[in-house]
Amino acid sequence: MTGFAESAKRGRETTHTPALDVGRIRRDFPILDQRIHGKPLVYLDNAATSQKPQSVIDALTHYYAFDNSNVHRGVHSLSMRATQAYEDSRKKTQRFISAADPSEIIFVRGTTEGINLVAQSYGRPRLRAGDEVLISAMEHHSNIVPWQILCEEIGASLRVTPMNENGEILIDEYEMLLTPKTRIVSIVHVSNSLGTINPIEQMIEMAHARQVPVVVDGAQAAPHIEVDVQKLDCDFFVFSSHKMYGPTGIGVVYGKRDLLDAMPPYQGGGDMIASVTFEKTTYNTLPHKFEAGTPNVAGVVGLGAAIDYVQSVGLPAIAAHEHDLVNYATEKLLTIDGVRLIGTAKRKAGIVSFVLEGVHPHDVGTILDNEGVAIRTGHHCTQPVMDFFKVPATSRASFAMYNTRDDIDALIAAMTKVKEVFGNG
Amino acid sequence: MDELRDLYQEMLLDHHKHPRNYGKLENANRKAEGYNPLCGDKVTIYLLLHDDVIEDIAFEGVGCAICKASCSVMTEVLKGRPEAEAEKLFGEFHDLVTSDPDSMVDTDGLGKLAIFAGVREFPMRIKCATLAWHTMRAALRQSDDVVTTE
Repeated sequence: MTGFAESAKRGRETTHTPALDVGRIRRDFPILDQRIHGKPLVYLDNAATSQKPQSVIDALTHYYAFDNSNVHRGVHSLSMRATQAYEDSRKKTQRFISAADPSEIIFVRGTTEGINLVAQSYGRPRLRAGDEVLISAMEHHSNIVPWQILCEEIGASLRVTPMNENGEILIDEYEMLLTPKTRIVSIVHVSNSLGTINPIEQMIEMAHARQVPVVVDGAQAAPHIEVDVQKLDCDFFVFSSHKMYGPTGIGVVYGKRDLLDAMPPYQGGGDMIASVTFEKTTYNTLPHKFEAGTPNVAGVVGLGAAIDYVQSVGLPAIAAHEHDLVNYATEKLLTIDGVRLIGTAKRKAGIVSFVLEGVHPHDVGTILDNEGVAIRTGHHCTQPVMDFFKVPATSRASFAMYNTRDDIDALIAAMTKVKEVFGNG
Repeated sequence: MDELRDLYQEMLLDHHKHPRNYGKLENANRKAEGYNPLCGDKVTIYLLLHDDVIEDIAFEGVGCAICKASCSVMTEVLKGRPEAEAEKLFGEFHDLVTSDPDSMVDTDGLGKLAIFAGVREFPMRIKCATLAWHTMRAALRQSDDVVTTE
């Protein structure tokens, strides 16, 4: 019951979302066709990282087998080919998030590095002692710590927009926290530990009404929601390739061109310069000013393949499918005695966090793994969120386009094992 | 399922549900905090050390079943033991949970600590079992730093 037959069966059972042929999609992800502890793998840790389709794996292999060379340097054919592939991916990324120009797409290692880049190159020169940076109560550590470091150095303060018990931003409080001292708002689009989709359109509008620029942490949004940075009018949008079916080690900073132009480089080195003497260096133009050193060319090429794949399936269909999975998982989990959901916002993306009374999430995770079910357990790099809900950790199931209702049934069945082991079934 | 049964033995689950020596030790003269940043396990170990003997020991904190049971069993085992024996058991317990799962281990002398042998099969959970012991040792050595498993 694995491989093709399993996939076909799963495919037929998801007829409630006819737009997505999940059986066919599953066959594109070779990693899914395996057994863990003798049970079919059920991968529900997509918010940590998604699996990669064959086309992405092939793009990486092809690049190294045929095109590998350094970019923007050599005049030889391979270098031109590598540069072409690298820059083609930049254009794909630009179109993927509807940026105005490819030079507004900066490749970095991931969302974390992206936020650090914005904090250091945009934040540092603008912040003065007494100024404020505004984030929210549901940020990932990567959208807290870079700002905290900066604020401490400068003597600025980090303000936090509170949320309610459902894990929804208190928008009135947010508006009140936008003061004449606020220099930057940095906000998560989709919460990685709660699944909440924040009303960032409205939040950006409110901030802009007070001339405050907005950075959006889009790590969990990019694989699930169609993003149009021009329509959103965000000033920066940062996301990672590996959460959207692409390789690890690649992320994207989108910034409005005039802002990027005015910013000093993040790192110094090769590729980011126009000319260097020992007295003075002139920086390269965008986007190269922010891409010092030999970049992760293969990673960027792989990201391009991932974007092609996502677009061939279509984000609206993916979003609808994942929405169904979240609703189904929520409904099923609540039938288990002792389960409490953490994060019950009205608008949620493909994430369900929960705790089981009397059993620590790590024990849940180990027992689920024994049943072939991979979920994430822990604080999800959101310790303040755990503190808010007064739990040390949660169990989190997160969905991707290749997940099915069968996967959730397997999760629920595995949860009964947890109760068996802990003797409260 | 067998590996899982080895891990979550009856005695381990009993210590998880009914931890022994749980709570603050008011007359403690040694204390250390342990933290596993990976999973958020956080424990405090209290010791009453007199003439190089652990006269009393207690713990409090939050953690998974393995972490809590390890704290609980450890406090039972160490109460009344000389400091030097605690140090020795630290080494033996560490060897037990980090040894090759296929190797035979000598659990004589480990007493009920032997129930943690199943942890060997679960590399991601070893730190859950060793946090108690690292923290205990820090308390013995009276280091004020928070101990982490990293």
